Amino acid sequence: MIIKGRVWKFGDDISTDHIIPGKYKFKTIDLDELSKHLMEGVDPNFYSKISKGDIIVAGKNFGCGSSREQAPLIIKHAGIAAVVAKSFARIFYRNSFNIGLPVIESKDLVDYVNTGDIIEISLTDGKIYAKDMIFDFKPIPDFLMKILEDGGLVEHYKKRGKFPWE
Amino acid sequence: MGMTLIEKIIYGKIERHSSPGEIVVLPIDAAMAHDGTAPLMIKSFEEMGAKKVWDREKAIFVIDHISPSSNEGTSTLHKMMRDFAKKHGIKLYDVGEGVCHQILPEMGYVFPGAVVVGADSHTCTHGAFAAFATGIGSTEMAAVFASGKLWFKVPESIKININGKMKEHVTSKDIILHIIGEIKADGATYKAVEFTGNTIREMSMDSRMVMTNMVVEMGGKTGLMPSDEKTRAFLEGRIKVPFKELKADENAYYSDELEVEADKLEPVVSCPHSVDNVKPVSEVEGIEVDQVFIGSCTNGRLEDLRMVAKILKGKKVKARTIVMPASREVLLNAIKEGIIEDIIMAGCALGVPGCGPCVGGHHGIPSPGDVVVATTNRNFKGRMGIADAYIYLASPIIAAYAALNGKIIYPR
Repeated sequence: MIIKGRVWKFGDDISTDHIIPGKYKFKTIDLDELSKHLMEGVDPNFYSKISKGDIIVAGKNFGCGSSREQAPLIIKHAGIAAVVAKSFARIFYRNSFNIGLPVIESKDLVDYVNTGDIIEISLTDGKIYAKDMIFDFKPIPDFLMKILEDGGLVEHYKKRGKFPWE
Repeated sequence: MGMTLIEKIIYGKIERHSSPGEIVVLPIDAAMAHDGTAPLMIKSFEEMGAKKVWDREKAIFVIDHISPSSNEGTSTLHKMMRDFAKKHGIKLYDVGEGVCHQILPEMGYVFPGAVVVGADSHTCTHGAFAAFATGIGSTEMAAVFASGKLWFKVPESIKININGKMKEHVTSKDIILHIIGEIKADGATYKAVEFTGNTIREMSMDSRMVMTNMVVEMGGKTGLMPSDEKTRAFLEGRIKVPFKELKADENAYYSDELEVEADKLEPVVSCPHSVDNVKPVSEVEGIEVDQVFIGSCTNGRLEDLRMVAKILKGKKVKARTIVMPASREVLLNAIKEGIIEDIIMAGCALGVPGCGPCVGGHHGIPSPGDVVVATTNRNFKGRMGIADAYIYLASPIIAAYAALNGKIIYPR
């Protein structure tokens, strides 16, 4: 799985409240509607700036706070192809695989790239190519990779008729 | 090698030793989703083509985040939950029952050794009862509703040993905020945080739950406390399984250990806009306060309301003050004790048991530029529904004094 796209760079501790303020999620589960508020807590115009295939690159503890799955869902729905961060909050990390959004831990990438740079991620090889540098990351465990390849846990179950733990 | 508390709970389920990093599959004792997460869970459950809920007695819905509903969109999502609950015969706690993390222990879903998952990040609260409780997302919850099981990576454990008698005006909220200020917002990511020591032993269950509740604010997978006579007293008459005392072995291995001298701590607050931005109250004294919120799954329990009423009794608040008991049971007991009368006579607005303005959905969204003192658990920018608000997290005591004085003061 190869992902190539333009970088949008963010700092540390981007919470799910920054990604999608709680007030919106109680009113609808319509992802077209919710996506308009993507990253509103950090950059109110973010949704209008991005294009399909772009990549979010952030600092540590990305996705901290609330367990709301709407956060990774609208990132994916808005067309973001992957999120690379120094580290992720654990519920966000699990949610991302479950809804089919690739998330990758890289301690160094964020300090090397800027918004607008083009990077290439090879999920299978565990490598990120950025300008003249290559950053390695720990390969994603097999069963999570399968969920990702199937497009999330719902599709995985539909395709295979059982959950990975059954 | 002995076992940590989390390893012991896992041992109780799989009947063999496990070690940190290992993936285990555990049967679930209670699975909860609320109005912020259940609608997406229902959507995933139906898209999967799942036919029935694995166990009607163990699957729970709670309407607490926007409760009662404030708008048509929310009302439609609430109906979706009620329809699903009726169709599958699962229990739904509706408007007025209270916050999910108070309802679960009150209604007997939580017990020592239980594995509890909630589609809410503050599910870690239930670790105060020596349970393994953690937050998951909506789609995983759909999978749990269908299968009754889930995979977990066995976490490393951090031990926080807390000893000493707290000074007057210091509460368990001050201890946990102090710890988060030290460990920082991601310092316990993926880890189980086990609290021990004589300060914990002396605490009520109400106080203990404040601390496990906030473990997620330092990234923790779950917070845990050993069960004892106080746990038994709370759970007696509520749980359907025999009570057991559960604690870590003396020779268990911890990836990190921290000592806290509770007798040396002062009241603290988390300053805008991050929970780990913790300062002593004495350093922020004098900051003018527009709104005070007392309630939530962190500090909306009977003991909290008692502390507040004791301070407010016979006086009038200067700041706009909203008080929301965490559950119907808490509200009823507070009425019986005369606490509610004291709070209302002091000029506070009393809300329906639920999450209220903590998560910014309704019932007290601050005005632009407002400074808020809240007994809740998060102060991220925009958390209470408006980006231009400045939220200080504090104990019920500091919040009550802020309400009375219209500014943050050090209680004297």
